[in-house]
Amino acid sequence: MAIELFRIDDRLIHGQVVVGWGQPMDLTFIVLVDDEVASSEWEQELYRMGVPPEMDVYFHTVEEAAEKLPSYQRDERRGALLTGDIETMARLIELTRSIPRVNLGGIHHRVGRTQRLRYVFLAPDEEKALRELAARGVDVSAQDVPAARPLGLNEVLSGEGNR
Amino acid sequence: MSESEPDARALVAGHGDFAAGLVSAVSQITGRGDAFVTLSNRDMSAADVERAMREEVDARGLEVIFTDLPAGSCTMAARRLQRERPAVVLVTGTNLATLLDFVFHTDVLAGEAAQHAAEKGRASLVVTGGAPGGH
Repeated sequence: MAIELFRIDDRLIHGQVVVGWGQPMDLTFIVLVDDEVASSEWEQELYRMGVPPEMDVYFHTVEEAAEKLPSYQRDERRGALLTGDIETMARLIELTRSIPRVNLGGIHHRVGRTQRLRYVFLAPDEEKALRELAARGVDVSAQDVPAARPLGLNEVLSGEGNR
Repeated sequence: MSESEPDARALVAGHGDFAAGLVSAVSQITGRGDAFVTLSNRDMSAADVERAMREEVDARGLEVIFTDLPAGSCTMAARRLQRERPAVVLVTGTNLATLLDFVFHTDVLAGEAAQHAAEKGRASLVVTGGAPGGH
């Protein structure tokens, strides 16, 4: 049980997460880690309106999430933890050192980023951060939906996943 | 991205070909697909969806947005847009019956037509059959 999915997705809570992953994995809670959202009631309400009533959503800053992660990892329910970018996930991993794997679910085009997959675009510093996570033993892979084949970091960075 | 027409009264937005597919069906049934502009969120970030939606709404003065999933990024973008433009009406969970009803209510304001269309769409969901021993 506990947290089954650690996902980086710049859309945070959206259809792929709530339905695409949520239903087959029977997820009943989401931990959304984002400093900006954690400080905005309006943003939190927006995301709450997007999930079914039986699903709980918890909003935390990186520091709060690091503190609460052990209790979420002991939770009897199945949950997902989301960050909107690599830097936030890397900070959380640095603070907790207890996140075994990271799913790249949606990092979209922005100036300075290069396309690696249809749904993954990375800037050089983001690639470096992902390599550092992998070097520390974190299993980094890309998979937008459960039915897709997970692609390892080397496959993502080499562009092989686009072929 | 869009089947933009000069007489569009609403934006239909969703995953994949949801919007284009529904509007295609509206065209086939009524010939009035030009009542809608369509938007797909395929391979777009949340910011991209919001930007594209704002451009369409502003360029055409649209006051109604139809979306697919309550949790979808199009719905999220529409809600953000509503914050700036409270007059915009959002209908989520859109189906074909919703859009068909909307295109036939041109005698009222678009927002009012959207309210009526949402009721029609909700009522169109019907389950039949499933009796034990059935085939």
